Amino acid sequence: MTALALVMRRPFTARSSLHLNLTVKIGAVIVGLIVLAAFLAPIIAPYPPNEAKFLDQLQAPSFQHLMGTDSAGRDVFSRTLYGARVDILVMLFVTFVPLPIGVLAGAMAGYFGGWVDLVISRLADLMIAFPFLVLVMAIIAIVGPGLKGVMIGIPLAGWALYARMARAEMLVVKEQNYMVATKTLGYSRKRAIFRHAAPSILRTSLVYSTLDMIVNLLLIAGLSYLGLGMQPPGSELGTIIANGQVHLLDAWWISTLPGLVLVALGVGLGLIGDGLSDGDLLGKEAR
Amino acid sequence: MSTYILKRLAISVVVLFALAAASFLLIHLVPGDPVRQMLGSGATPENIASVRSDLGLDRPMIDQFGTFMGNTFTGQFGDSITLRTPIGDLISERIGPSVLLILYGVFFALIIGVPLAVAAALRPQGFADNVIRIATTFTFAMPTFWLGLVLALIFGLQLGIFPVSGYETGVGGFFRTLTLPALTLGLSLVAMVVRTLRTQLLVVLGSEHIEAARARGLTERRVVGVHAIRNSIMTTITVISVQIGFLIGGTVVLEYVFQIPGMGTLLIDAVTNRDFPLVATITVLAGATVIVVSLITDLIQLALDPRVRLADS
Repeated sequence: MTALALVMRRPFTARSSLHLNLTVKIGAVIVGLIVLAAFLAPIIAPYPPNEAKFLDQLQAPSFQHLMGTDSAGRDVFSRTLYGARVDILVMLFVTFVPLPIGVLAGAMAGYFGGWVDLVISRLADLMIAFPFLVLVMAIIAIVGPGLKGVMIGIPLAGWALYARMARAEMLVVKEQNYMVATKTLGYSRKRAIFRHAAPSILRTSLVYSTLDMIVNLLLIAGLSYLGLGMQPPGSELGTIIANGQVHLLDAWWISTLPGLVLVALGVGLGLIGDGLSDGDLLGKEAR
Repeated sequence: MSTYILKRLAISVVVLFALAAASFLLIHLVPGDPVRQMLGSGATPENIASVRSDLGLDRPMIDQFGTFMGNTFTGQFGDSITLRTPIGDLISERIGPSVLLILYGVFFALIIGVPLAVAAALRPQGFADNVIRIATTFTFAMPTFWLGLVLALIFGLQLGIFPVSGYETGVGGFFRTLTLPALTLGLSLVAMVVRTLRTQLLVVLGSEHIEAARARGLTERRVVGVHAIRNSIMTTITVISVQIGFLIGGTVVLEYVFQIPGMGTLLIDAVTNRDFPLVATITVLAGATVIVVSLITDLIQLALDPRVRLADS
């Protein structure tokens, strides 16, 4: 599934300084607000997330219940806040654990070439080509349903795209004068890779990670929606949406409103990624 | 050129083999006793012993591996533990709806995505381009299952045009039951189609043969509609083929949303019930689909694009 994010990635244009443009700012505000609200859930949430009030079943959104209540009379807004927290934490984990591993593997493949490159690149190709969701589901079948399977499964396949990008970057960086200089100066290969090549390689991967986060976020919520991720009674956006599905007709708010939070978070991350990758909302790659 | 095809075929076979080998490991990676996990706590020791010998788990690893590989490549997948049916039968019964859903979804992605990409590429940085860029950022961030539910709410429950779930065969049943899931699948792919094709169109529009076409006085419509599009078709095919893994994932989720009896719902049940042989088989098939599709795409590219032929000979 991450291969699609690679396509979404805008061509990277080198910039001397990190100038934050409007797109990035808008994206950052959206993401910042959602993250803040999610992490302040214990303070902001008007009700405990799992408090069932059977007299308040399926209430439409109102000032008392901003997103209404579900079939057990639980406040959907409070559950969404707590749920978003789970999604965000798992998303960060499954994105930023494989990132350094992939970058390192790709950097080594690009730097050393030969059989190191062959093994790493082929393995990465296999991982990228494979249906990501099916792979993660197979891993969940092994470890059993729950967030544990999600947190093992996604990183197992997630490193591959970072490796491919880092390898491509390394092939370019390797030929730069400053890298040639590290050899002339007799620096160790470790120092050359970590101190001199890594900063420029990492940047591409970090920009791309914003899109990877979207993909992973949707994957985590999707797996939980299928009943393979977060297990009840814990609240997570995918499970909240799944629970509301039977009430689509009489209580549309249970499924749709928490979904909007997912969309908003994804759009925010997408704007950041778009803005960072070309520094221009309108896209300059065509000029 | 023939060496290229041979090399490409050889790589595909090796990857398929590696895939099957990896899926063989699946049941052996399960912590604890996989048979006990599958049968649950109510299983008697006799039951467990009989399933174990059915699966061949009591034989040496190397022996099991040989049987597994032999069976997989001859299409004998053994029996599903929970459904007590040959896996081959289950798959032939369930694969139809999934394939139809993917093809129908690709159709939607193309009829929505291609015109949008052309509109965006005609005036880069123009109004339409900006609107399309923002719109695709939104569709990219939408969870397919949520979008499916919203479409079911609007077109199924409010407008009553389509049923909310279920699957029917026949042409009428196909359009009734698969239109909403396919539209959802298509919409989730639109962002990729639009962005890749737009970039490619801009490259093509800046090339010399387009300049020549314009210099000959052809209408802009003809320049873009015939000359530019033709040179971007390959990109579009490649986008779709690269995204086949994504499409399979989307199908799994959407079959669950719309309760379609396809491979996706079969896989979800298999994972939930921890029916390891079934999970392993579907995983191999999903991977094999990706490998075969990318092989076919490469061969089409080879046939259509003389530059690829020249580069490899």
